[in-house]
Amino acid sequence: MSNTDNQGDVWEVFIQSKPGLPHKHAGSIHATDKEMALQNARDTYTRRQEGTCLWVVPLNAIVSSMPEDNDSFFDPSDDKIYRHPTHYVMPDGAKHI
Amino acid sequence: MEDIKKLEEFQAKIDAEIKIEPKDWMPEDYRKHLQRQISQHAHSEVIGMQPEGNWISRAPSLRAKVVLLAKIQDEAGHGQYLYSAAETLGKSRDEYIEELQTEKAKYSSIFNYPTLTWADMGAVGWLVDGAAIVNQVSLQRTSYGPYSRAMVRICKEESFHQRQGYEIMAHMANGTPEQKAMAQDALNRFWWPSIMMFGPHDSDSPNTGNAVKWKIKRETNDELRQKFIDKTVQQAEVIGLTIPDPDLKWNEEKGHYDFGEMDWEEFWRVVKGNGPCNKQRLNHHKKAHQDGAWVREAALAYAAKQKEKQLVA
Repeated sequence: MSNTDNQGDVWEVFIQSKPGLPHKHAGSIHATDKEMALQNARDTYTRRQEGTCLWVVPLNAIVSSMPEDNDSFFDPSDDKIYRHPTHYVMPDGAKHI
Repeated sequence: MEDIKKLEEFQAKIDAEIKIEPKDWMPEDYRKHLQRQISQHAHSEVIGMQPEGNWISRAPSLRAKVVLLAKIQDEAGHGQYLYSAAETLGKSRDEYIEELQTEKAKYSSIFNYPTLTWADMGAVGWLVDGAAIVNQVSLQRTSYGPYSRAMVRICKEESFHQRQGYEIMAHMANGTPEQKAMAQDALNRFWWPSIMMFGPHDSDSPNTGNAVKWKIKRETNDELRQKFIDKTVQQAEVIGLTIPDPDLKWNEEKGHYDFGEMDWEEFWRVVKGNGPCNKQRLNHHKKAHQDGAWVREAALAYAAKQKEKQLVA
């Protein structure tokens, strides 16, 4: 298969299932432009009214952290247990706090 | 040394039921096994459109036609979900399609059987999709994240497929004697190939070992086949059709049905390319791909033009 005959670029698809909820990753599709990407995403991932809004993002526009860096990358939040409400000692008998 | 440590960590994750994601380290054999299995699964969905497409223009009612079209569109969608998952393993869609067309990759042998009558649409939905569902329900728990997510999505959609097939069979089995005979004939032809869809016996299945250890497969071929048979016998009884296996008998002690031996010679003959429709299916796939070349060309030209316009503006 030559470079001029291919499936187009990969676009990642995100669906908002109803207003108020966050967009969630559904999978990917191939397309050569934005409009085709949206239409292909609609035909592929929302055949049963799964969504009220679709995002399509070119795969090469996504920047991802790498699993092998996880230890050092997420380390800064490791020792800050005071960011959680359970860190604090409440006086006996206090309610609604 | 590094690899042994990584392999141990990998196995520990698998044992702890932590899913493996695309950017995680994985053994090369795990990656290869998944590339092969997921692409084969994707190819099956796509090739599986052909035996059903044969009946779109001959569906007996408008309702049947609309349903069949929706089902075939779903199969195309399922192929897309699976290619999408397979691509996360570092091989492009184009490479997978090339492997199919050059016969390096396989698809489910069941689609190399012809669909001769309308009752075959019933048998395909009821038995072929029924067997696929048993396999796919199990694969929802597979260890590779993208594959597992694709399976969850597919399972949600697939149960309509089986029900529409069973509805056709029930309808025909309750019809004229000729219609009932047609339904029975479809069952006779599709029963054995359907139960062979689960693959060879565990004792003859070279890929089972690692696949189970790595939780790519959660249940073995024989376990899944037994599940499917146990479910289906009663469904045949309800609509008054007879499963074409004289050895089929309830085994009280095991709590399962006993059944006759499958014709593995036929199985391997069809896998190796000599089934009734192998050539036709592949040729049609290639033709459709070639016929679509101008669409891909036009789409790329349009995209290039849009980009140029943006640069000028």
